[in-house]
Amino acid sequence: MKIAFTTKGTEWNSEMDPRFGRTEFILVYDDEKDEFESFDNREIENEAHGAGPKTSQKLFEMVAQVLITVNGPGGNAATVLEKAGVKSFIGAGQMSVKEAYEAYKNNSLKGF
Amino acid sequence: MKIAIASGKGGTGKTTLSTNLTALFSETEKIILADLDVEEPNSGLFINGELIQEEIKYKTIPEWNESTCTLCGECQKNCNFHAVIQLGPQILVFPELCHSCYACSELCPTDSLPMIKQRMGQLKQFKKDNITFVESRLDIGQEQAVPLIGQTIEYIENNFSEDIVRIFDSPPGTSCPVIEATKDVDFVILITEPTPFGLHDLKLAVETMKELKNDFGVVINRYGIGNNNVVEYCDEENIPILAKIPNSRKVAELYSKGELVYKEIPEVKKELQNIKNYILHLKN
Repeated sequence: MKIAFTTKGTEWNSEMDPRFGRTEFILVYDDEKDEFESFDNREIENEAHGAGPKTSQKLFEMVAQVLITVNGPGGNAATVLEKAGVKSFIGAGQMSVKEAYEAYKNNSLKGF
Repeated sequence: MKIAIASGKGGTGKTTLSTNLTALFSETEKIILADLDVEEPNSGLFINGELIQEEIKYKTIPEWNESTCTLCGECQKNCNFHAVIQLGPQILVFPELCHSCYACSELCPTDSLPMIKQRMGQLKQFKKDNITFVESRLDIGQEQAVPLIGQTIEYIENNFSEDIVRIFDSPPGTSCPVIEATKDVDFVILITEPTPFGLHDLKLAVETMKELKNDFGVVINRYGIGNNNVVEYCDEENIPILAKIPNSRKVAELYSKGELVYKEIPEVKKELQNIKNYILHLKN
C-alpha cells in the first residue's frame, strides 16, 4: 500500500508539514516494497488559488491510497481526495514521518 | 464622475462617509450611491429609499459534458485557479474557485465545458429624493465578490447619465474586491483613523492605489484620538488630506441608530462640505 505524508523533508526523520495543500513535500511510502518516493511541492507557493485540489491531484498521480497529514485538507481538496479514493488521517502534528507512520499503525490518528 | 470611498483597515468609516456625503450632495443635486461591499452591504441601513428595481445576478461556470470529452487535459492546463481538475477519466469543476474567465470552455477542442449560469446574488435599486441607491448582496455560500461588484458597476454605467456624481462605498482591505471597485474610478478617498493600525493599513491602501494609478486623497476619521503620524505621513508623501472628521461619541450614537450624523453635528457637516467642494472642483 502507498501511504502519503505531508512533510518538510524527504526522509523518515523529516518533520511533518502541518499544511495539506501548501505542504513543502509529499513523501510516499510503499510499505510492501519498503520504498520511498518524494515530490517537491514548494512551487505551490506561487499559486494564489486552488492549492488543495492541485496537491490532491498529485497524490492521485502518485497512486497513494492513504494520506497522513496534520490539520487536514479543506473542502475542495477533500472532494478530490474522495474521488481519487484516498483515505485521509489527520492529527500527526509535531511528529517525524516515522512517528506519524507508527501512530497510523497504532490507530492513534483520526480518520478524516 | 466616479468617487470610490475605500480604506485598508475595516471599520474606519467608509459607510459613515459614503452615506453622509451622499445625503449632503443630495441637498443640491442628483447623486448615485452604490454599496459595492457586496459581502456585507450596510449603506442601505442609512438610506431608507423606495425599492425601484430588483435583479438576480448570475455568474457563469463550466459544466463538464462527459459524453463529448476526450480527456485531453487542455482545460486543467489552462486554469490558473485549479478550478478544473482532471482525475483519471473524469473532470472535476470547483465552482467556488472558478473566476469565470472562460479559458477552459473556449480552449476545449470538443466544446465539452459549456459555461452555465449560476445565481450569485441580487441587485436592488432604491430611490430617495435626489438619491439613487444601488446595493448588491452576494448570496450566502458564494465566495467571490468580484463578478458581482463588476456587474453592479456595469449596471450603473448602463442606466445613468455620466454627469451624475457616483459614490462607491467599497469593500475593506486591499485585495481583489477593492481593486474591482476602484480600478476605473476618477478619484479615491481613503478613509483612515489616526492610530498606528490605521496608518499601517493606510500605507497598504496607498501602495495599492499607486499601483492602480488612481488619484486619491485621505480623510481622517475620529480625528483627535491616537497620534499625529497619519498627518505627518500624508505631508511627507504629498497626499492631500481632504477632511478631518472629529472624534465624537455622538457620531457613534447616531450611527448605531441608523441615522445620518452630519445634520446633527455641525463640525462634521463642515468637514463633509470640504470634501464635497473638493469633488465638485475635480469635476469641473
